[in-house]
Amino acid sequence: MRPDYLVLRSLVKVFGTGENTFTAVDNVNVEVQEGELVTLLGPSGCGKTTTLRMISGFEIPTSGEIFIDGEDVSTTPPNQRPTTMVFQNYALFPHLTVFENIAYGLKIRRDSKENIRKTAEKIMLLVGLEGLAERSPAQLSGGQQQRVSLARSLVMEPKVLLLDEPLSNLDAKLRVSTRLEIRKLQQRVGITSVYVTHDQEEAMTLSDRVVIMHQGKIMQIGTPQAIYAKPANRFVADFIGKANFLEGRIGSLASRNEIVLDIMGQKFQVLVQPDSFSEGARVLLVVRPESVNLEPKKPDTLTGTVQEAVYLGSQMVYEVDVAKNIITVEVANPQEHLVFKAGEEVTISFQGKSLHILPYEEAH
Amino acid sequence: MTGSNRKRQEIIGNLRLLWKEPLLLVSIIAIFYFLMIFVLFPLFMVFKTSLIVDKQFDLSNYLAIFSKKYYFQPFINSMILGVLAATAGTILGFVFAYAITRTPLPFKRFFRMTATFPIISPPFVIALAAILLFGRAGSLTPYISRIIGEYSIYGLGGLVLVETIAYGPIAFLVLYGVLQAIDPALEEAAMDLGASRARVFATVTLPLAVPGIASAWLLVFIESMADFGNPMVLSGNFRVLSVQAFLQITGMYDLSRGSTLAILLLVPTITAFFIQKYWVARKSYVTVTGQPTGATIKRLEWYIKLPTYAACILFTGIVFLFYGMLIWGSFQTLWGVDATLTLHNYVEMFQVGKDYIIDSLALSTLATPITGILGMFIAFLVIRKKFIGRATMEFVSMLTFAVPGTVVGIGYILAFNQRSALFPFVLTGTAWIITTLLIFRNMPVGIRSGIAALQQIDPSIEEASTDLGASSNKTFRKITLPMIAPAFFSGLAFSFVKAMTAISAIIFVVSGRWNLITVAILGFVDNSQYAQAAAMSLLLIVIVLIALSIIQILVGRIGKGARTVSIVN
Repeated sequence: MRPDYLVLRSLVKVFGTGENTFTAVDNVNVEVQEGELVTLLGPSGCGKTTTLRMISGFEIPTSGEIFIDGEDVSTTPPNQRPTTMVFQNYALFPHLTVFENIAYGLKIRRDSKENIRKTAEKIMLLVGLEGLAERSPAQLSGGQQQRVSLARSLVMEPKVLLLDEPLSNLDAKLRVSTRLEIRKLQQRVGITSVYVTHDQEEAMTLSDRVVIMHQGKIMQIGTPQAIYAKPANRFVADFIGKANFLEGRIGSLASRNEIVLDIMGQKFQVLVQPDSFSEGARVLLVVRPESVNLEPKKPDTLTGTVQEAVYLGSQMVYEVDVAKNIITVEVANPQEHLVFKAGEEVTISFQGKSLHILPYEEAH
Repeated sequence: MTGSNRKRQEIIGNLRLLWKEPLLLVSIIAIFYFLMIFVLFPLFMVFKTSLIVDKQFDLSNYLAIFSKKYYFQPFINSMILGVLAATAGTILGFVFAYAITRTPLPFKRFFRMTATFPIISPPFVIALAAILLFGRAGSLTPYISRIIGEYSIYGLGGLVLVETIAYGPIAFLVLYGVLQAIDPALEEAAMDLGASRARVFATVTLPLAVPGIASAWLLVFIESMADFGNPMVLSGNFRVLSVQAFLQITGMYDLSRGSTLAILLLVPTITAFFIQKYWVARKSYVTVTGQPTGATIKRLEWYIKLPTYAACILFTGIVFLFYGMLIWGSFQTLWGVDATLTLHNYVEMFQVGKDYIIDSLALSTLATPITGILGMFIAFLVIRKKFIGRATMEFVSMLTFAVPGTVVGIGYILAFNQRSALFPFVLTGTAWIITTLLIFRNMPVGIRSGIAALQQIDPSIEEASTDLGASSNKTFRKITLPMIAPAFFSGLAFSFVKAMTAISAIIFVVSGRWNLITVAILGFVDNSQYAQAAAMSLLLIVIVLIALSIIQILVGRIGKGARTVSIVN
């Protein structure tokens, strides 16, 4: 398994000329391992699709290089790159049948007729399109069209499979089942893939690693767990899942890898990486709503007033005002917990290990 | 309940609905009556006249035409002209449309405007410019004869050139719409799967454009086959149907032979029209919505850019050359003899042509709003109302579009030079025959823009307005009207242009009292007064441009941001 199967090095893409320019991709560096599925995740306009289009060859990087399997493909035209793409709107050829769509690339490659038939039939079986070979794309459901598009790309056995929001045209239920299918298929075939989406749930369930992008820059690269539990900055913490942000100060250093945090006058002992913080520094604390505990008000604790209490069946969601900071709290399985009403005063607490400490930064 | 019973119930239900809206009923009946009188009746008269000799049913006209080469040759010639011009025009239009939709050609707006300019100018102006350039005393004739030897612009070669310039722009507009509607992602997908640029073109772009190409070809075929003005000026000994039918009637006073030639002209054009409308349109993979699709493929190879750019520049250059020649020619003292620059032609044009100009303006201005309102009303009935004969109404009202002007013109003189049971007035020689001809001939344009506009308005938009508390009156004024207005006015603009530049049908119904500017230009050309003809053509172009810009401004005021509609198809 090559760790640097697909390499994006210092990739920059600037659109426009003269004074009217826009930097869509700003110094992007990614290494994708062979067989890995990496998601480019971010809000619209973050540069994820532009990055994908540079990998496929439809956009030429303003600067930087792209390597696939050790080969520099930065200026290779798209038809000569070992990549294939699943388009957002599928881009099925309306004048060709399902079979002809899938066989298109093989024909271009001048495979033998017999070989084309065999390979295409195999892939159709793999993605569940058997019996639809002679249909025209217009006669297929959205899900089937999506699978034709996937089959058409997979049949080429590309070195890197590119997927540009392939599920965004499906309805919610189909989206969930299809993304599982795509993941299974990708693992079975073991194909290196880059997947663009703006749906974080999709990214979390599908990917080996997620690349979070914002305004053309990479915010963080990591496994779904790492990105959720240890967001690198405020943007990532806010973008992935729900997060409460609290300001704090390093009160004192208990030892090399243990600090005492001061959050609104309350002290918390937290284990940290050795020597990562200095005494007195301002920090930003990230607390996930499900990590916060609520109890009836007790003296000498962090207290607040419940402003809203919403019952969702599987959980209670509270908004608690703690000295003008609104903290969201999610309590799973409300049947087993005390339920608070709006207006009640409560004590909030959390474990030191569910706190994630970031250097202080202003809110956007 | 049986199927037929249900059907009958539905019809009765619809009738009852109509009965409750007597005004609607009356207008539907009135429109049917007008369509019958001014569309069907003239056509019927042409058929009847071609089949009657000495007050008896007789096929001798047809037998004569099919047995004598002299009569049959024009049919062959017209077909050859149609096929060649359609092929050349479609290729030209395709290259142009490809360059504009698929390459980073600079100054696209400029190229597009120049390429479509011949559409708004009277078509035979191109033939006139061709004479000024390549005729016996043409400016370029000496140079060209030195290269290719003796030649004559009069005949098939010249006609194909002129028809291609005149109607190639129609092919361009059709293909522009089609190519723009093909999702570039399809071409990207093909390329992504390993296809080279040429392969992408051959396996994706071209097959998807085939229905559009067929459409464009058939439209140019219809137009150039039915064209009268250019062949009248430039056909020489190459006899075509439209001109021969005209000469039979005005020169030989042989109405029945002229009608027979007209029928011969009608058959292929109307066949082409139906193939285009009902067969080709259904084969289409792309729906032309006017919605531009995403970015196109970048970094095009030089071997694509070079020929397409060259073709664009060449054609644009030709358009400039032809119209520039018109300007240059209009200032010459005596074409081919005395090249001293003078304003005399403009003076003479005004002296001789003042009445023609006034008549043209007056009758076009009278016909245009009626065309627009009637077209919009028919569109409204066809789109939003249910009544028996709705499809028939649409069909008949679009029919004049497919019928060559020559046929319509002959039909009008046959139908309205005497009283009939259907229509107890004689129209020949009056302003009314010209006006009604203009109205009914240009109405398809109005109907088309009306249909496009109404289809654009999602009923839920009007519902939303009502839902927010507006009365239906207010909804119409605040929502519907502003949305229809741009289409309505662009419909008006093009019916005005067509009225001002019409010649093929009009030439049969003009009279001493009411004459038109296009007929006057043709008269100048006939007398070899090319300079005066050029001056008058320019005046006509200027009038048309002024009218178009006025309407453009109106549209800009009324319908902000709304789309205008295209003029062909």
